Amino acid sequence: MTPHLRPVAGHALLVEYAEAISDLAHAAVLDLDAALRAHPFDGLVETVPAFVNLLITFDPLRTDPEAIARHLSTLPIQAQSRAGQAHEVAITYDGPDLAEVAARTGLTPPKVAALHAAATYKVCLYGFAPGYAYLGGLPPALRLDRKTAPLRDVPAGSVIIAGGQCLITTLTMPTGWWIIGHSPVKVLTGDARRPFLFAVGDTVRFAP
Amino acid sequence: MTRLKVVFAGPHVTLQDRGRPGMLRFGVPASGPMDRAAFAIATRAAESASAIEVSLGGLALQALDGAVSLALAGGGFIAEHGGKGGSWQVLTLQEGETLRLRPGFWGAWTYVAVAGRVLAPDWLGAQATHGPSGLGGGRLTTGQVLEVQAPRLLPDAILPCPVFARPRRVFRAVAGPQDRFFAAADLKTFFSARFVVSTAIDRMGLRLQGPALVPVGALSIPSEPLLRGSVQVNGEGGTTVLMADHQTTGGYPKIATILDADLDALARVRPGDGVHFQRVDAAQALQIERAERIRADRG
Repeated sequence: MTPHLRPVAGHALLVEYAEAISDLAHAAVLDLDAALRAHPFDGLVETVPAFVNLLITFDPLRTDPEAIARHLSTLPIQAQSRAGQAHEVAITYDGPDLAEVAARTGLTPPKVAALHAAATYKVCLYGFAPGYAYLGGLPPALRLDRKTAPLRDVPAGSVIIAGGQCLITTLTMPTGWWIIGHSPVKVLTGDARRPFLFAVGDTVRFAP
Repeated sequence: MTRLKVVFAGPHVTLQDRGRPGMLRFGVPASGPMDRAAFAIATRAAESASAIEVSLGGLALQALDGAVSLALAGGGFIAEHGGKGGSWQVLTLQEGETLRLRPGFWGAWTYVAVAGRVLAPDWLGAQATHGPSGLGGGRLTTGQVLEVQAPRLLPDAILPCPVFARPRRVFRAVAGPQDRFFAAADLKTFFSARFVVSTAIDRMGLRLQGPALVPVGALSIPSEPLLRGSVQVNGEGGTTVLMADHQTTGGYPKIATILDADLDALARVRPGDGVHFQRVDAAQALQIERAERIRADRG
């Protein structure tokens, strides 16, 4: 895939592979991220992978967007073999929105829980807040747009869904996603050697 | 060892060091001081790695046992210690004495660097506090007692407030990276209209009041990485500039990105202040960032 490069202020570059989420675009993002980590350019500060694009921040005293574009065009990019670690995560389906999700999807609450627990999720990226791992692979029957207004003070450990994603919250924060249950798992582990439970590319299954 | 009692702390008063860059890929913003220029002046004067970041809510500190010196820098706050002074000075709190800081004529944040080492937790290798979670050195709360290791005494001094640490009203920005979701007229409005800083300002961002800039067909863009300085426009046309504790991804289109070189000055605005955004292109932005980093390295 040929990406579109967009400069961001004077110290970053957004490398964009597509406008809409696709497995192909996301794989391209992760492949580029891995290639840059293996072959960084002088002045690379940080890369941030998302669904369809990779943000690159750089030191403007050491490089510029033109030099980075040249580096990207010569980078040996290899498809990553993404055999990540498999995690099983405990869940209780007791979220305050479970009944509303059932009503909106034409299912019963136990059927929502069963469908959610039957899927295998992939850790696509971390975003929004510390340890917020976006899990792709929500069954199509459970896909709902986010709520029109966010709910405040949603407790840490809530299992929330919206669009095609699922997420286990790590902090008490507002969310416009649907809260279907809670999990005791700590994605922010508190262990300095491995502060985040999941790696991008890992798989997650929920065990009621 | 000496101890400092937090006689009073307003909301959003936190311990900060230079921050924890490099962890955006885990959803972790760099945090660190809102006004990095003022923080650098305070910590250099006190020869310390961290400082207390004081919000418009104010702070009062009392030395419980022994004396310790403090370096203040940032904003036009009022510092009461014996008499009334400004927030650009080095002073010494003798045992039992209290320093009170409250907002003065300008600025939204000031820094108190303690000459010594303030004992506080670190998180992911830094003492910087992530405001929304309190992880890191932490929020200061009324009644808390801070322990200071190896307290030192410094001669009283006035710290001059350099031009780059003073307030400004015009901030330079590059359009995008999602300017394509806005009508040309809305983009022009962004770079010409006056915006007023709302009361919704914290370490995550500044909500602005001004003309509604309505994104066209962009409400389903995939969540993508954000930076300190990203200007996000929501579905109702509301404009937010992201700051030190910003969310790391978001699905609202970014009409523009404020230059990093101007973000310390942007952190000095207060609710009710009017601001303007001046358009520069990416090549100009690169030159401005280079000059600013050379300036910051020289101190």
